[in-house]
Amino acid sequence: MSIELYRIDDRLIHGQVVVGWGQPLDLEFIVLVDDDVAVSDWEQELYRMGVPPGMDVHFETVDSAAAALNDFRIDTRRGLLLTGDIDTMRRLVDRAGTIETVNIGGIHHREGRTQRLRYVFLSPAEEASLRELAATGVQVSAQDVPASRPMPLEDVLRGGTR
Amino acid sequence: MSEASADSGQGVQAIVAAHGDLAAGLVDAVRCIIGRSDVFVALTNRDLTREALEAAIRHVIDETGARVVFTDLPAGSWTMAARRVQREIPDLVVVTGASLPVLLDFACSGAGTPDAARHAAERGRQALLICEPPAREQGPA
Repeated sequence: MSIELYRIDDRLIHGQVVVGWGQPLDLEFIVLVDDDVAVSDWEQELYRMGVPPGMDVHFETVDSAAAALNDFRIDTRRGLLLTGDIDTMRRLVDRAGTIETVNIGGIHHREGRTQRLRYVFLSPAEEASLRELAATGVQVSAQDVPASRPMPLEDVLRGGTR
Repeated sequence: MSEASADSGQGVQAIVAAHGDLAAGLVDAVRCIIGRSDVFVALTNRDLTREALEAAIRHVIDETGARVVFTDLPAGSWTMAARRVQREIPDLVVVTGASLPVLLDFACSGAGTPDAARHAAERGRQALLICEPPAREQGPA
């Protein structure tokens, strides 16, 4: 499987993704799944500027990502799939049906959210959505950078060990 | 979010936005070297969403009139946020890969202008050197 990580990160492409995960995983492509970014040339140029030479970025809607997921998986290069929120990842999992693990990489503070980890803040609705995702059999854990320990969802929702 | 502010002199001329405590550290290093802590506002991205990063930059720009943003990583969240703000403020200059030599050059110029930022960026490029060990002298055989 050449998609090494399915990640939810509200900053999308940024230092942790490109450098933090990109270097140790030797990533050569990123699949950025976001319905708005997928139709914005300007946003796409912005994110392309952020990746090093030799790393491709594919911009997909939820529907197009689900349709192309097998092609990304048989790609001989190593890739990372990224969504900016839980809802987008859930819709992708619903359509694709074959995503086994999801990484919570960063969901930051916003009104109505409660802190769970240093880098994870969740509203009650988001918490319920993650529980529903896990109930479908998807392994959900939080891990911001490779050097930190992955934390299972149940531990995250208990507040982990900040 | 803001970790440094006015001191004296000409006031805030630029934002330094970086990961962790880097921006505050860079601004403090400028203060140590030239005694100025009023040139820059330091911002950390800790705990902030994309929207909050943009809002933080806009807030400092609105408060100070600064038209230069120094960021650390070209691929970093601050750079992305600053580029988005740049869409609304076309005369905003974003300099990535900022370092102490860059900030010192900018602060010492006193101009606070986009051209001063461009000059500082060039100074930063020139400051990236590899200092190889000196070649050992050949002793008598």
